[in-house]
Amino acid sequence: MSSSTVNGVTRVMVAPDFDAWRQLARVAFQQRLEPDAIDFADETIPVADDLFGAVSTKTALLNELSGNAALVPYVSKAFLERAQLAALHRDPSRWNLLYRLLWRLQSNRELMRVEVDADVSAMLRLVQQIKRDEHKMHAFVRFRKLTDEAGEQFIAWYEPAHRILPLAAPFFAERFAIMRWSILTPDGSVFWDPAVGTLQFGPPLDRSHAPSEDELETLWKSYYSSIFNPARLNPDVMRSHMPVKYWSNLPEVELLPSLLQKAEGRVELMVSKQSDKPTAAPFVPAEHSLPVLNQAMPGCRGCELYEHATQVVPGRGPGTAQIVLVGEQPGDQEDRRGEPFIGPAGGVLRKALGEAGLPPETVYMTNAVKHFKFVLRGKVRLHQNPRVSEIMACRPWLLAELDALKPKLVVCLGASASKSLLGGTFALMRDRGKLMPSSFADQIMATIHPSAVLRGKDDATRETLYRHLRDDLQLARQYMQSA
Amino acid sequence: MTVQQKLEILADAAKYDASCASSGAKRSGNGKGIGHSDGNGICHSYTPDGRCISLLKLLLTNFCTYDCVFCVNRVSSDIRRARFTPEEIVTLTLDFYKRNYIEGLFLSSGIIQSPDYTMEQLVQVAKTLRLVHHFGGYIHIKAIPGCAPRLLEEAGTYADRLSANIELPTQADLVQLAPEKKATVIEGTMAHIHDRKNELDEDRTRFNSTPKFAPAGQSTQMVIGATPSTDRDIIQRASGLYQNFKLRRVYYTGFSPYPEADTRLPLKASPMVREHRLYQADWLMRHYGFAADEIAPEDQPELDLSIDPKLAWARRHPEFFPVDLNTAPRETMLRVPGLGYANVDRILRIRRYHKLVLADLRKLHVRLKDAAEYVITVDHLPGQADALFSPTTALSPAAVEIAAGGLERVSMKSFAHPVQAAQLPLFAEAAKSAVTGVL
Repeated sequence: MSSSTVNGVTRVMVAPDFDAWRQLARVAFQQRLEPDAIDFADETIPVADDLFGAVSTKTALLNELSGNAALVPYVSKAFLERAQLAALHRDPSRWNLLYRLLWRLQSNRELMRVEVDADVSAMLRLVQQIKRDEHKMHAFVRFRKLTDEAGEQFIAWYEPAHRILPLAAPFFAERFAIMRWSILTPDGSVFWDPAVGTLQFGPPLDRSHAPSEDELETLWKSYYSSIFNPARLNPDVMRSHMPVKYWSNLPEVELLPSLLQKAEGRVELMVSKQSDKPTAAPFVPAEHSLPVLNQAMPGCRGCELYEHATQVVPGRGPGTAQIVLVGEQPGDQEDRRGEPFIGPAGGVLRKALGEAGLPPETVYMTNAVKHFKFVLRGKVRLHQNPRVSEIMACRPWLLAELDALKPKLVVCLGASASKSLLGGTFALMRDRGKLMPSSFADQIMATIHPSAVLRGKDDATRETLYRHLRDDLQLARQYMQSA
Repeated sequence: MTVQQKLEILADAAKYDASCASSGAKRSGNGKGIGHSDGNGICHSYTPDGRCISLLKLLLTNFCTYDCVFCVNRVSSDIRRARFTPEEIVTLTLDFYKRNYIEGLFLSSGIIQSPDYTMEQLVQVAKTLRLVHHFGGYIHIKAIPGCAPRLLEEAGTYADRLSANIELPTQADLVQLAPEKKATVIEGTMAHIHDRKNELDEDRTRFNSTPKFAPAGQSTQMVIGATPSTDRDIIQRASGLYQNFKLRRVYYTGFSPYPEADTRLPLKASPMVREHRLYQADWLMRHYGFAADEIAPEDQPELDLSIDPKLAWARRHPEFFPVDLNTAPRETMLRVPGLGYANVDRILRIRRYHKLVLADLRKLHVRLKDAAEYVITVDHLPGQADALFSPTTALSPAAVEIAAGGLERVSMKSFAHPVQAAQLPLFAEAAKSAVTGVL
């Protein structure tokens, strides 16, 4: 601590610490030094002495306590709390500002309430910047894991705008109480060991003491680049919340240039894909009644399947049916004759229905996809499974049929129908034969497609699969009887 | 599929959920696990769209049996699908949290199998984090509309916030674009959360040990611009939700195009400014005492996108102004354009010790461009050509002091019932003489 007087102004050097200033300010006050007569200079900043001329350092003038020691300045709680925060600011003029306020406070005890006063608002601005810096430190510290013989520990290198380490550190102690961690800054460092249980502050340590990478950062960067919406770029807002001065210690920021560059392309891709999407929706009439739907169906160009199929195959059955069976798509014979379930698989289905006690003519049969999909092998048209996009393109027809029928029960036959009505994750073999509430009918269930029975690799398999189909249909009948 | 690939798919799918708040719940460090929350949210990073990353926002899976037209994850969309196991999400959350990347987890999901099954999976994640790992960070769980009440009750004991998305402003919109969703079911879920929270909050007044239930309350989200619903529809809807279910927030997300979207939807994003104006309207309802009807009256169902809704209201209601900032009550000042509630409270504190002049407002960063024509200060009267009262005239501090002192009595009298045109010249005269010191 040193002080000097030039041109009637006493200059004292203040260490960057509130208590150091407080001690000096008290003495200055006791000596009745008016704010104009004293200059509290920041010790950490090299003094440009030219302003005052050569300063000969006198030994602690202020330590002599020539003033009235009993004269204690009045301070309000509001002042003290804010002064402690403002003291953490790097603004070298903060000490003089605080002394000026202290001085004025003696004659105006409500001064702190006048937030529009020039000195008070200057102080509030410092306080606000300190609080913001503290908040940003809580947000932007990035720990990196290091595993040594004592187990894992987490170390972060961080450069706060102001000297806020002691202010910000307790937050991390509470949050990461069970972890061993350290934060290194240019002003000092802080360590936490759960076994010790108190914060330990240490000297400044540079970034070379912190790990240079962490394997988790790859995942973090993937998350960062996936979570934003490229259709709504707004880099200015991003920069205002996350000022560039904090960027050097944020691993995710490395990605920014490429993310910004690619964003526009991603949006165009989204839009072009959107317009290409096949769907029958524009071809489905607004009126959902079977005659209207069946009349409109041949005109559907919702996907490409119509180009090669002979004709569209609508559902078949009484309009009053309370059970709707949904298959996959018409087969070769169905395609030629325009009726569903009239080929070999249809035979299996009718047999199983009969054995289960459900007369085939009382149910409504339809398909998830209304056109036959096949590949030509010589003269043979080989059945091909429809793609999800084709199932989905055709779904509006199926939903319209269900809406027209309003059945009590829908039975999905096989995986394609299940995909259409129960979603991509439905596990047919695990969850077949289970009644579930549904928005398409009171209940919905799924079972095996009759053609799967025909494709069984041996008699035993075919027998088992057929039993499953029949049993599930029996369950359907029991449900209908109880409903 | 690796965790990295799943993360890419399921974070990408989650990005359309606007909510990222991590505030509203206080949780002290428990000494057994990581995590605490001081009640104020923290944004740990910001993405190029200007939004913050506070929570690890993920879908458990983007498989979905529903076919909501506006949603990228609907069953008919040809996108890459993935599914996390609950353990994978737990590990990811803890690993991210330990490195201070996040405040906690926001977990949502496509509907798989049934609402109950889906909700059970979500609850499982929260339960494991809280009970096995003693995780004290923030957890926000999506309440799947229509799931069993017991699952909501369980979710609320582990999560800080629950949210059931209202999705679209009206039931008619839902019928059109989200055929499997019903407003009544969504509201039923909200009502159950609300009732349960009330119940437990009431119990806690008697028994301190009653567990907290979703301490950060519930929120919801609606997509705007995907249907022709008016701003009035949207604001009325939000107002109803705030009243009926005490929601903390309604989030509005402007419809934006996404891969594989339905052809019934617009190809271009809804203008971001509309979303912005709706948020402003929302704040007016929650913090400024405006009713939905005042913001978007029947004869003007769409918000003016060029000005903020408070200014629009002021222009429709000239009879309400000017407002004397040195005497008006709080709720009156809240209606002044350009004046935020924090500044209103500041003015209330300051004016007990100091009469406000126009320059003070500038120091408080009041948006004078909007406010000037609606407020009275010691040295300012709106619409007065008199140079003495022009906001651009710099008065000497001494003159202002005199004006402040001299006017005190005058303003007490003449502003008990202000804003009658006839009184204004009188006031101006008095003010002028007070400043010049000549009676």
